[in-house]
Amino acid sequence: MSTPATTHLLHGDVAVGDQLPDLAYPVTSTTVVLGALAARDWRPMHHDKDFAVNRNGTRDIFLNTPNQAAWFERFVTDWTGPYGRLQRMTFRMLGSIFPGDTMVFRGVVTDTGVDETGCGWVAIDIAVSVDDDPKTTCKARVALPVDADDNPWDRKGDRWQP
Amino acid sequence: MSAISVDDIDRLIGVEQYEEEGEFPVEQGYIWTTCSSVENGNPLFWDEQVAEVVTGGPIAPPTMVSVWFRPHHWAPGRTTRGLPLQVHFDLKEGLGLPEAVMSDNTIVFYEPVRPGDRLRTRQILRSVSDEKTTKLGTGRFWVIDVEYHNQRGDLVAVESYTGFGYRRAEAA
Repeated sequence: MSTPATTHLLHGDVAVGDQLPDLAYPVTSTTVVLGALAARDWRPMHHDKDFAVNRNGTRDIFLNTPNQAAWFERFVTDWTGPYGRLQRMTFRMLGSIFPGDTMVFRGVVTDTGVDETGCGWVAIDIAVSVDDDPKTTCKARVALPVDADDNPWDRKGDRWQP
Repeated sequence: MSAISVDDIDRLIGVEQYEEEGEFPVEQGYIWTTCSSVENGNPLFWDEQVAEVVTGGPIAPPTMVSVWFRPHHWAPGRTTRGLPLQVHFDLKEGLGLPEAVMSDNTIVFYEPVRPGDRLRTRQILRSVSDEKTTKLGTGRFWVIDVEYHNQRGDLVAVESYTGFGYRRAEAA
């Protein structure tokens, strides 16, 4: 390959039951506010603690949903490298993540396959938890190269069936 | 923006509503701000050489697709604007369901989004259930798709939201 050295996970490297490397991150107010503004989410419960406590009844400001999607994407592509191409993600919100929490992302491969167009994919169940209590779950499917010359990003139209 | 009553549901299933273009083109600065906010070091977004080889040039993180449609906090001359997922609020109002939660949402990714793209979005009501009672209260589940296309007409993503609009159990 002519690409610079970087993670390059192949479809054949992955089996059902494989675990993704855990990602633990200490959340601060800056994490929450930076994430909200990066996602252009100006709603006050993501930057104004008085509003969050007195109007939302939460203990503090909390991570917004679109920014959590960005965290899940990072968690998956840290594992796959740049050739991993997300096909779909399904999120379920169970609880909030606050400053002072250490959020921990864990993921496990639940299925793998190659579709009728020859595109290799893996399905992953991911949860972000605080003190082992899941706050958001994500079922993701990501395309991976079937060999060193394959690139899922080359697929278009009928050859991309996410 | 108009309330959706029970009588409107059949007529609106599958109908494209609230088509609009984002207020600004997809831009590199926001891509870096988002990657920085989650410490995403994927070289696709930071290394032009990798982006050229892997994706034929720079792209935006796929999960950013809805970011390009959140309106500025303020804009000159603006008076009113539609809410994101306006169909959800039309259903709440028209069906008389004051509370609502989103139970889950799915994003399916198609053509990559690239800096400079002008994206368009539209909302499509896919289904509305009969009245059901859950521990939250009595109401209806609905599924709304949000489709995103680029300026060439390529589909770039579809988000599907499952909502439950309801009246609280004690008030029912």
